[in-house]
Amino acid sequence: MSSSKKIRVLVAKPGLDGHDRGAKIVARALRDAGMEVIYTGLRQTPEMVVRAALDEGVHCIGLSILSGAHNALFPKIMELLKEEGVDDILVVGGGIIPEDDIPNLKKAGIAEIFGPGTPLDEIIEYIKTNVKL
Amino acid sequence: MNGLVKGVLSGNRRDLARLISLIEDEDADATKALSQLYKHTGKAHIIGVTGPPGSGKSSLVTKLTTEFRSRDKTIGIVCVDPSSPFTGGALLGDRIRMQEHSLDKEVYVRSMGTRGHLGGLARATSDAVRAIDAFGKDIIFVETVGAGQSEVEVINIAHTVIVTDMPGSGDDIQAIKAGIMEIADIFVVNKMDLSGAERKVTEIEVMLDIDPRERDWRPPVLLTNSRSGEGVAELAEKILEHLQFLKDSGLLEQKGLKRSRDELQELMRYKLTRELYQKLEGQPEYEAAIKKIATRKDDPYSVAERLIAEFLFSESR
Repeated sequence: MSSSKKIRVLVAKPGLDGHDRGAKIVARALRDAGMEVIYTGLRQTPEMVVRAALDEGVHCIGLSILSGAHNALFPKIMELLKEEGVDDILVVGGGIIPEDDIPNLKKAGIAEIFGPGTPLDEIIEYIKTNVKL
Repeated sequence: MNGLVKGVLSGNRRDLARLISLIEDEDADATKALSQLYKHTGKAHIIGVTGPPGSGKSSLVTKLTTEFRSRDKTIGIVCVDPSSPFTGGALLGDRIRMQEHSLDKEVYVRSMGTRGHLGGLARATSDAVRAIDAFGKDIIFVETVGAGQSEVEVINIAHTVIVTDMPGSGDDIQAIKAGIMEIADIFVVNKMDLSGAERKVTEIEVMLDIDPRERDWRPPVLLTNSRSGEGVAELAEKILEHLQFLKDSGLLEQKGLKRSRDELQELMRYKLTRELYQKLEGQPEYEAAIKKIATRKDDPYSVAERLIAEFLFSESR
């Protein structure tokens, strides 16, 4: 019966930077890959991101950040998801994130980080392969 | 599944979100859950908001939500955006305008792609609204896709339909065309700060003047600014007035009956055709009949009658 199951992705911009060109390009690419993409808009708090993800029943959250606050915001989002008892949402990140920070973000539960220049197909493939439907 | 029903009835948002996903994916469990939830529905005031893309539907719903929250009403919102006819993907962006309610526990927002369904809504919209109704929200907004002229399906779901328009969107001939202009219970000319707003109101009023339908409710035409919130309190008043009118005039009851009849017919039609196809699929007679029609040895009209009589209504099959 559930032949029409679709991957739903929340593309979110946590924090204070106002640059969402990258997020929009990724959102568009995921759309073209047949996914349903919910874009939250700019300046989301971790609470807002988690609330939107839960209400929308998404399978994946894509976080885009260019402000440098990833070390604070990404783990906070993972913490809130855990508090809600969520362990089946794939969380990935992208933006300007130094190599050195990546291990800790992964330890916090971010599945993968995609830096500048990542081919869009790579992101699409990663989500398709790793998402839990 | 029982847990899901209990969860929705006891106000568990995650169970509500889960149920709506099952509805969208046409999962059999969704039907089971909905059938148990049905008796708990019918309490919410369902408000449809439709109109052309960019006329301010999402912003208006946001401001109306603020207004009704200040009156202690709880709110559900289903916003529909189009799915791509090529990839099936969708970009659902209505939430962007709804940030100010994103942490309010009494507001539930769900975005939905049309998934190939025409008419301005998704196939799942009606059942999703029902789930939110059972969940206990007082008012449920249904925001259609940016509507052209004939996306009028929202009247089958909503008690009150708001059609939004804006200054400078076509001349007075647009206003007398059939379709979307006929379904409004309330007209809103949004972006009232732009020039031409008053003129738009006049065009709609003139259209209403020559509307031959005898109706006890003449749709009011209101000016709003969904950014500043101007005119929104008045709109909220009209919405409540319209609900009261529906109750007093007996139209609410009539609408309920019509909806139940339509829905039952639709479900039976769906079940019957599915059953028929299942029985016909792979039958040699079926394939042979198709060939005969294609080669003009038989005609589709009589074959249809014969197959229905043979396969659907004979017990021996």
